[in-house]
Amino acid sequence: MATLLQVQDLHASVDGKEILQGLNLEIKAGETHVLMGPNGAGKSTLMNVVMGNPEYKVESGSVCFNGEEITHAKTDVRAKKGIFMSFQTPEEVPGVLLEDFLRLSKSTVSGKPQRIFGFKKELQHTMAELQMDAAYANRYLNVGFSGGEKKKTEILQMLTLQPKLAMLDETDSGLDVDAVKIVSEGIRKFKNADNALLIITHNAKILEDLQVDFVHVLAGGKIIKTGGPELIDEIGKYGFHSLEAGEARE
Amino acid sequence: MSEKLQKQKANVVTPPQIQEVNRSLYDFKDAEHAAYKTDAGLTEDIVRQISKEKHDPAWMLEFRLKALQIYSRAAMPGWGPKLDVLHMEDIVTYVRPDTPMRGKWSEVPADIKNTFERLGIPDAERKSLAGVGAQYDSEVVYHNVRQEVAAQGVVYTDMESALNGPYAELVKSHFMKLVPPTDHKFAALHGAVWSGGSFVYVPAGVHVDIPLQSYFRLNAAGAGQFEHTLIILEPGSYLHFIEGCSAPKYNVANLHAGCVELYVGEGARLRYSTIENWSKNMYNLNTKRALVAKDGIMEWVSGSFGSHTSFLYPMTILKGERARMDFTGITFAGAGQELDTGAKVVHAAPKTSSHISTKSLAKDGGVCAYRSEVTILPQAAGSKAAVACDSLMLDNHSRSDTIPAMDIRTDDADVGHEAKIGRISDSAIFYLMSRGISEEEARSLIVSGFAEPIAKELPLEYAVEMNNLIKLEMENKQGQAGEGTR
Repeated sequence: MATLLQVQDLHASVDGKEILQGLNLEIKAGETHVLMGPNGAGKSTLMNVVMGNPEYKVESGSVCFNGEEITHAKTDVRAKKGIFMSFQTPEEVPGVLLEDFLRLSKSTVSGKPQRIFGFKKELQHTMAELQMDAAYANRYLNVGFSGGEKKKTEILQMLTLQPKLAMLDETDSGLDVDAVKIVSEGIRKFKNADNALLIITHNAKILEDLQVDFVHVLAGGKIIKTGGPELIDEIGKYGFHSLEAGEARE
Repeated sequence: MSEKLQKQKANVVTPPQIQEVNRSLYDFKDAEHAAYKTDAGLTEDIVRQISKEKHDPAWMLEFRLKALQIYSRAAMPGWGPKLDVLHMEDIVTYVRPDTPMRGKWSEVPADIKNTFERLGIPDAERKSLAGVGAQYDSEVVYHNVRQEVAAQGVVYTDMESALNGPYAELVKSHFMKLVPPTDHKFAALHGAVWSGGSFVYVPAGVHVDIPLQSYFRLNAAGAGQFEHTLIILEPGSYLHFIEGCSAPKYNVANLHAGCVELYVGEGARLRYSTIENWSKNMYNLNTKRALVAKDGIMEWVSGSFGSHTSFLYPMTILKGERARMDFTGITFAGAGQELDTGAKVVHAAPKTSSHISTKSLAKDGGVCAYRSEVTILPQAAGSKAAVACDSLMLDNHSRSDTIPAMDIRTDDADVGHEAKIGRISDSAIFYLMSRGISEEEARSLIVSGFAEPIAKELPLEYAVEMNNLIKLEMENKQGQAGEGTR
């Protein structure tokens, strides 16, 4: 399978503080990767750097997507190449309707102008799948949305934009059990042999319906351990501490 | 002429460097079409000349001369943006295009027509707007009231005709009663040299379904424009009046000191919408005031984009019980602009309510000030006033001030004020860019979104014009944007 994302010896800092310290990661089409690790390990930083957040500075190393180096590419360019990130705390944008925004976004990312009525129909369909009230399409983007609604809206955007690589940063946090189920179902439907997922979660629930290929444990700005789904249970039982201690012994 | 005076004169023709934005769409001028121009300075002779030319009734000449006296004595405002580049003795106060009143579009001379066409007036006309009283320089040259509006008994005419027509007494009893020449120096100036403008009278119970529209425009260099708008709504009537302004660019300080007086009768409702887009050397010192009777509603929608310096605070006096006013305004100040805008309201009767909501944007060193005054008099028990002002600064060298004043003289009032000042957040830009939207588009989207509550209040074509103006201003910004690390 073709390699989608290739991260090599990545060092990145925020406000002068180095967070990522030589991180390597390869994600191929068709794969689902899970990132675990204690708070402050650098999980969100990795996603932000892959998405090109200017608040994060790449000190050295490289990020390639589909064989092209994108280490210093602008965020919108990356999005057009098929990278997507579901935000932990999505921004509120007053005065911009969710539907208008998403139609503009879809037109830009797909390079095809979206017709108003065709797009509306498709959007309503996806919203119904996510059990979202269709009225949200005519509300200002994330403004006044509850935490759960914001997360569903992120998944709605993912399903609409159909990226090649979707990075989900704690998409399940703040969701009740039913909502986790709905979101998880949405992610499962999205996943196919040509795209890939990178998921940060503290909750194994969202992974239940997904076929996880790799689990990476991040600590101190690098991946200290990679394994299969069995690692999730191990961490659930013994915590990260045992792994970090293990690394120190190695 | 003394050396000092000559120097002053020289100052006037070399105004401060004002960086122009890409507004070629709005900046065009025709060969001066003036049949008659007064001397630059303002003297009693000039005021008499103006009065004679305009065939004023005798009382109006007297009024003008009294106003001139008040003007001569009144001091320049000692607050707000600086006005020292403005030398009244050099302002040509009155320029009349050599076209008499026209009733038909086809009779308007070609280049004047061309100017209007480029401003989109015939389009607006086609879009079934009720009537167009378009002011070219100081005189109304084109005027047309749709049959059905006239048939409802609605009078929509230019001020000069109104002064000499069947409604002369009505004009006399209302003219500059709300804004007396003693109000301030520029009100006095207006009283002395006013020219042109619109008169609207809506009889009791008449609901004017289509908005009446007026377009003001300055053409001759150095010409001030002093149009007067007088609107009288009888009880239970409804009107939406739209005032749009755009002026071509000139390199001599220009002054606009118009006056708007609005009388809202019992249970009547008036919506007054304005987009001001003066060229960036204009001094806009407009005075607008409304008097609202019992159960009446006054709604202001106000967009200020152009001008070099603006002083603009539409005022509403809630005179009757349960009278209400809503003010929605937006101000956008770019390089070299200082826009001092806001609203004033006086609650003078029980259970009156007011709501002021403003947005201001400052970029490229522009200065925005929000200035408001809410007064609740002792007799206005049970009244409510709410003020919300949001400011957005688009860079680090622009400025935004909020100067709200409140004078509450009763314990029985519900008063709220909230102010927010912010910048475009980098994380919001990143969020939008992560969805494939370019940085410029993301900024533009956030700014349009910020302005959306105002756009929503405007008729469609004006909302589109406002969005285009915002886009023009934002595009101009592109040269300086993108210095980020992306």
